[in-house]
Amino acid sequence: MSDVLVVYTDDEPGVLTRVASLFRRRSFNIHSLTVGPTERPGVSRMTLVVDTDESTARRAVEHLRKLVNVLEVQHLGSGGSNVVRDLALIRVNAGPTKRSEVLQLVEVFRANVVDIAEDTLVIECTGSLAKIEALVDTLRPFGIIELGRTGAVAMARGTPTTLKAKVAPLRTGTGGGAMSV
Amino acid sequence: MSKAETRTGAQLIWESLVREGVDIVFGYPGGAILPTYDAMTEYPIRHVLVRHEQSAVHMADGYARASGRVGVVVATSGPGATNLVTGLATAMLDSTPLVAITGQVGSGLLGTDAFQEVDITGITLPVTKHNYLVTRAEDVVPALREAFAVARSGRPGPVLVDITKDAQQSRATLDWEGAEPHRHLRHLPAPVDPAALAQALELIREAKRPVILAGHGIQLSGARAEVMALAERADIPFALTLLGLGAVPATHSLSLGMMGMHGESWVNRAIQEADLLLALGMRFDDRVTGKLKEYAPHAKKIHIDIDASELNKNVAVDVAIAADLGEVLRALLPQVPAADHSAWRGTIREWRGDSAVRDIKNLPDDGHLYAAHVMHDLWRITKGEAVVVSDVGQHQMWEAQYYHHDGERSLITSGGAGTMGFALPAAIGAKLARPEAEIWVVAGDGGFQMTFAELMTAVQEGVKVNIAVINNGYLGMVRQWQALFYEGRYAATPILSPDFVKLADAFGLPGQRVEARADVAAAIEQARAAGSTALIEFKVEQEDSVYPMVPAGAALHDMIRRPSPSVLAETGSDPV
Ligand SMILES: Cc1ncc(C[n+]2csc(CCOP(=O)(O)OP(=O)(O)O)c2C)c(N)n1
Ligand SMILES: [Mg+2]
Repeated sequence: MSDVLVVYTDDEPGVLTRVASLFRRRSFNIHSLTVGPTERPGVSRMTLVVDTDESTARRAVEHLRKLVNVLEVQHLGSGGSNVVRDLALIRVNAGPTKRSEVLQLVEVFRANVVDIAEDTLVIECTGSLAKIEALVDTLRPFGIIELGRTGAVAMARGTPTTLKAKVAPLRTGTGGGAMSV
Repeated sequence: MSKAETRTGAQLIWESLVREGVDIVFGYPGGAILPTYDAMTEYPIRHVLVRHEQSAVHMADGYARASGRVGVVVATSGPGATNLVTGLATAMLDSTPLVAITGQVGSGLLGTDAFQEVDITGITLPVTKHNYLVTRAEDVVPALREAFAVARSGRPGPVLVDITKDAQQSRATLDWEGAEPHRHLRHLPAPVDPAALAQALELIREAKRPVILAGHGIQLSGARAEVMALAERADIPFALTLLGLGAVPATHSLSLGMMGMHGESWVNRAIQEADLLLALGMRFDDRVTGKLKEYAPHAKKIHIDIDASELNKNVAVDVAIAADLGEVLRALLPQVPAADHSAWRGTIREWRGDSAVRDIKNLPDDGHLYAAHVMHDLWRITKGEAVVVSDVGQHQMWEAQYYHHDGERSLITSGGAGTMGFALPAAIGAKLARPEAEIWVVAGDGGFQMTFAELMTAVQEGVKVNIAVINNGYLGMVRQWQALFYEGRYAATPILSPDFVKLADAFGLPGQRVEARADVAAAIEQARAAGSTALIEFKVEQEDSVYPMVPAGAALHDMIRRPSPSVLAETGSDPV
C-alpha cells in the first residue's frame, strides 16, 4: 500500500543522505522521493511515497522526527484527501500511420506533446499516479521508447499546512560545501 | 572587529568545551587534528592519552555513564576517525551522550582521497544522533554548541563533529550567545496527553498481577525516586533489564531481579503471568522479550519512553506515552491509589524458592572455582557499593546475576551492542568521573585481551581500577551456544591467554592468580588495598554455562535450567 509523507527539512548539504540512509537502514521501501524549495528560504520540502503498512509508516514518521535537520513531518496517509501529482515524459512510437491515434489519446488524457520527431512524439503528462499509469498502459501497444517520471509531489486538501516557525535552521552553514548530497 | 578579538578555530574548539563544562577529554593526536592539540595547553582541560581510539570512546562512555555528563573524544582524521566507529555504535545503542571531535584534511582537499582523508560523517551517519562537517572557523562554535545540546537532549546519544584542518587554523570571532542552539528543541516530546494518563491510571487500578519493567531510561531520566514511589505506593514488584540494573535498588523487597534471556526463572515467569506490565524507560529488546508472539500474553501494557519510535515497535501496547519518564510519573503519582498485591508477590516468592536449589552458590563445594562464586564474594566484600564495569560474555551475565546493584549508576556495561573490550577503558573513564568510587572491571579472558593495552593508560594517568579477569580458557558465551545449539563443536572458541600475573607485572602493576574458592576473598581484599590498578586472574571452571537461559527466539517461559545439582557436583564440568 502507498502512503504519503511530507517532510520539511533544513536546506543543507547532506540532508537527503540522512533521510535516504534512515529509510535504507530501517528497511522502509521508498516508491518515490522528491525534494524542492518551499515558500520559506532555507527550508526544503520532500514528498515521500512509501510502500508499506500503516504502522510501519507511522514508525518511519517517528524516526524522521528524530533527525536534527527535520522541522516537521506530515503523515498524509493513503486516502483521497490529498492532492498527489506526478509528471511523466513519454517518448512513444508514432509514425505517420499511428500519429493521429496517439494525438487523440493525448487529448483524452489532457496531456501535451512537447517534442515531435519523424517517427516519435514526446508526451508530457501531469496528474495523479493513477492517471499517469493509465496513460502509460494505453500508450504501451504503440511502443514506449523512453519513460521518465519525477515522482510525486503531494499536499493535503483543505486545511492549510502551517509550518512551525520557532525552530530556525542553524545560523551558519555547517555541513560545508564539500559533503555532497 | 579588531584582530585581537578573533581566535583560531582550534582555540574556539577548546573555548567551547570549557564553556560546556568539560574538564577532561579522551583522545589521540595526529596530523589533521594537530592545530587543535597545539592550542590545548592554553585551556584548563585534562587530556587522557589512550592506546587506541576505540578505547577513547569507551572511556568517554564510561565517564558519561558514571557521571551523567557528556563524554568528549578527540581523534585525528582517517584511521583515527574510523577507529571510533565501534565506540560510537556502542554509545548509540545504549544512549550515552558523547561528543567526538575529529580532525579532517583541509577543505580544499575534501573529496580527493588525500592522505588520511576518510568520509567519517558518511561512515558514522547510522551510529550517531547527528554529525557535522565543519569547514570554516566561524562554524566551530555553533556546531559544537548544538552538538552538546543534541547529545544531551531527548534520548541522549553520540554526536560527531568533523573539523577540517583549515577550519582549525583560520580565525573567527567568538559569538557564544549568537550560537545558542535551537534545533534540538524541534522534537522534544509534546506535553503528556491527560487521556493517556487517565487510561494508565485505570489499568494500574484494575491490575491484580502487575509488574514494572525497569530500564536504563530510569537512570537517564533521573527518575529513581519516582519509580520507587510508584512501586511502593501501588505495591508493584519490579523486574530489571540488564541496563536497568542499578536504576532501582536490587535488594529492595519489591525487586525481582533481571529479566530476559539470562533472567531468573521466577522473573520471566512473573512477566509471562502478569496482567499488567508497566514498561518504564526500556525498549522491549529481543533479549528481554524472547518470542514476541508468546510474550506476556495475559498482560495489558503501558509503555513510557522518551523515544516515540520505540513505542509499539516490538510489542503492541495499550497505553503508549512518549515523554520524559520522571515528568510522567510526577504527573501520575498523586493519583495512584495505595494497593496491596501481597498475594501476587507471595506467588512469585514460591516460584523463587523452587530455583534456589539449582543456584550454583548453594551447591556443595566440588573443589572447582565458579565465576558465580567470584561474583558473589565480590559483592559481599565490596558490600555491593562498588561500581562494576563488565565486559561482554558469560562473566557479564554472572555479574548481573550475582552482584546485586543497589546504587545508581553502579553497573556500566555494553548492553545494546555487546561490545567486547569495553570494560577496561570504560572503567578508567568511570574512575576519572568518580574518583571516590571503588571501581571493578569484570572481564573475560577474551574481551580483556582486546583492549588490555589501556592498562598503560591507567598507569600513565595514575588511575586505580581493580580488575577481575574471569579466565575460562574459552570465548565462553559462544562456546555455550556451541554446546547447546551446535552439538558441541567448539569452532574457534578455545582461546589462550598470556600469563596475566606477568602481564600485570610488565605494566608495573600487582597481579594475582586465584584457582580455589578459599582464596577469592583475600585476593579481592589485596587488590582493593593496592595503591594502583590491580589485576586478579580467576581461573574458573572452563565449561560452565549461564543458567537459566531462554534460547534466542524461544518464548520467555521456555527456559533451559541448570541441570540437577548432583550431576554438576560429580563431574564438575558442563553438564550439557
Ligand atoms: C567485539 C566483539 N566480537 C565478538 C563478539 C561475540 N561474542 C560475544 S560473547 C563472546 C565471548 C566472550 O569471551 P570472553 O571474553 O572470554 O568471556 P566469557 O564469555 O568467556 O565469560 C564473543 C566472542 C562480541 N560480543 N564483541
Ligand atoms: Mg572466556
